[in-house]
Amino acid sequence: MNLLNLSWANLKDKKLNSFLSTLLLTLGIGIISLLLLLNKQLEDQFRKNLRGIDMVVGAKGSPLQLILSSVYQIDAPTGNIPLAEVQKLSRNPMVKTAIPLSMGDNYHGFRIVGTNEKYPEHFAAELEAGDLFEKSMEVTVGYKVAEGAGLKIGDSFAGSHGFDKEGESHGNHQYTVKGIFKPTGSVLDQLILTPISSVWDIHADHENHAEADTAEKEVTSALISFRNPMAMMMLPRMINENTKMQTALPSIEINRLIELLGVGIDTLRALALLIMIIAGVSVFVSLYNSLKERKYEMALLLSMGATRTKLFLLLLFEGLLLSLIGFFAGTGLSRLGLWLFSQTAERDFNYSFRNFSFLPEEIYLLAAAIAIGVVAAAIPSIGIYTINISKTLAED
Amino acid sequence: MLEAKSLQYAYQSARKFTFPDFACPNGQSLLILGQSGKGKTTLLHLLAMLLKPEKGSISVDGQEVTSMSPRSLAKFRAEQIGIVYQKAHFVNALTVRENLLIANYLADKKTDSAKAEFLAGELGFAEHLSKKTFQLSQGEQQRVSIARALMNGPSVILADEPTSNLDDLNCERVIRLLKAQSEKIGASLIVVTHDQRLKDTFTDRIFL
Repeated sequence: MNLLNLSWANLKDKKLNSFLSTLLLTLGIGIISLLLLLNKQLEDQFRKNLRGIDMVVGAKGSPLQLILSSVYQIDAPTGNIPLAEVQKLSRNPMVKTAIPLSMGDNYHGFRIVGTNEKYPEHFAAELEAGDLFEKSMEVTVGYKVAEGAGLKIGDSFAGSHGFDKEGESHGNHQYTVKGIFKPTGSVLDQLILTPISSVWDIHADHENHAEADTAEKEVTSALISFRNPMAMMMLPRMINENTKMQTALPSIEINRLIELLGVGIDTLRALALLIMIIAGVSVFVSLYNSLKERKYEMALLLSMGATRTKLFLLLLFEGLLLSLIGFFAGTGLSRLGLWLFSQTAERDFNYSFRNFSFLPEEIYLLAAAIAIGVVAAAIPSIGIYTINISKTLAED
Repeated sequence: MLEAKSLQYAYQSARKFTFPDFACPNGQSLLILGQSGKGKTTLLHLLAMLLKPEKGSISVDGQEVTSMSPRSLAKFRAEQIGIVYQKAHFVNALTVRENLLIANYLADKKTDSAKAEFLAGELGFAEHLSKKTFQLSQGEQQRVSIARALMNGPSVILADEPTSNLDDLNCERVIRLLKAQSEKIGASLIVVTHDQRLKDTFTDRIFL
């Protein structure tokens, strides 16, 4: 028998009140914690895939769409650009590397990307097994592809048109798996890489033989990195004015995207804070009411030798216990939410958010929860110091 | 041994109570009988040191208690005085057993489960130890509150109208148990009541 047991017994005795207070705290803390988790993981994913890419060129359209489709492989591409323009650009002295990308097909929802050896180099990808693609129709796949589509070295498969699993199959053109990459933690993990020529071969055949030979060769976009920061000032303008291509600067577009999301995130955060404050009010009201009911009980304990400070602590513990339960339930709930979100993101975009570790920011969340519980419990509990033992015992 | 001398107490000077001198040796019992409004509860609260008298002195085993500090009073009360109230009140959230043990805890003593079980057996509610107190009948509740008053082996037991809510059978039983238990541990038993049924069961009586 000690104060903590007694606090716990009191909470159990008022199950519904305790449940309501804890539920509100859990929701508030859960939402904030989930926002923190998502924010961190989205930023991680965004930054990791962005590293080393200064500019993306592609067909005219939305610059954000160009970034999303070329860097993150989540949106549809804006269109095609002539390969010759990309080659011309790569010879520009301000350009360090220009990696061409050609998209349009998928296998089991994993995008097939035509490119060259610089793309895996860019992500510092290492081979888990086999070799890098060399000839047309050879592919090297990311580890999630190998796992998700069950591909092994030597397997052959046909891609489907578009980015849905249900797209029309290119049945008579079989890719052969030459190698599998080790996990990189980047977008590469969910891609099937093949030489650009594979994409031309398939689609030339697909469209028209006679036309294909003479048609200008096209790619979807190119990832550019600059030799020096000056290029950032000059190249985009030059390209936008003199060619049919558009440029997009990932850092600017991603900041814009995060800003757009930010409005929603801020609203959600304000809502969560409000829920936490309501939770505090709920703790306050239920302790205030129970203290009114338990006034005689308190006088009784005082007459049995309890000090007022002890009883004050007793009530404080009740608030504290609710806070702690709310915090742990809330952080648990946020991880459940993240897991569900990850399931959806994996199914739709092949992105996963699987970092469930405790965030440093959650220490502040814990402190806030404790503060709310303790303050909400302390205010009504001050009444302990004004109870007139004799009068209270004589009245009832 | 509890001794009270020329005790006086006033609520906002309008109602003034003056109490006769009395003493109750260890192992003995004293009945204080009086009608409503005669200051019975006031006297009991004075003896329990829940109220501070305006004048007069109270001593327990020769130790003067009216001049003690609030903190040492709380400790003294927890260790030396067991109180049985008119209506048995408990900590609702706790079981009968826990309600007994909390008396030990509040007196800073080791909780004595064996004693709780022993007293429950003596007072006849051993089978209710794990129940919540509100599940018990009034007579049972009153016996639990007697056991609680005995948990720390006090030298004074004060009972405020312990029988007024009980039928004759329970009334007789509660008084018999109170007397037997206080005699057994050598405590002074003081019962304050207006219950005329108790008049003949005590030899030492004071009328207010």
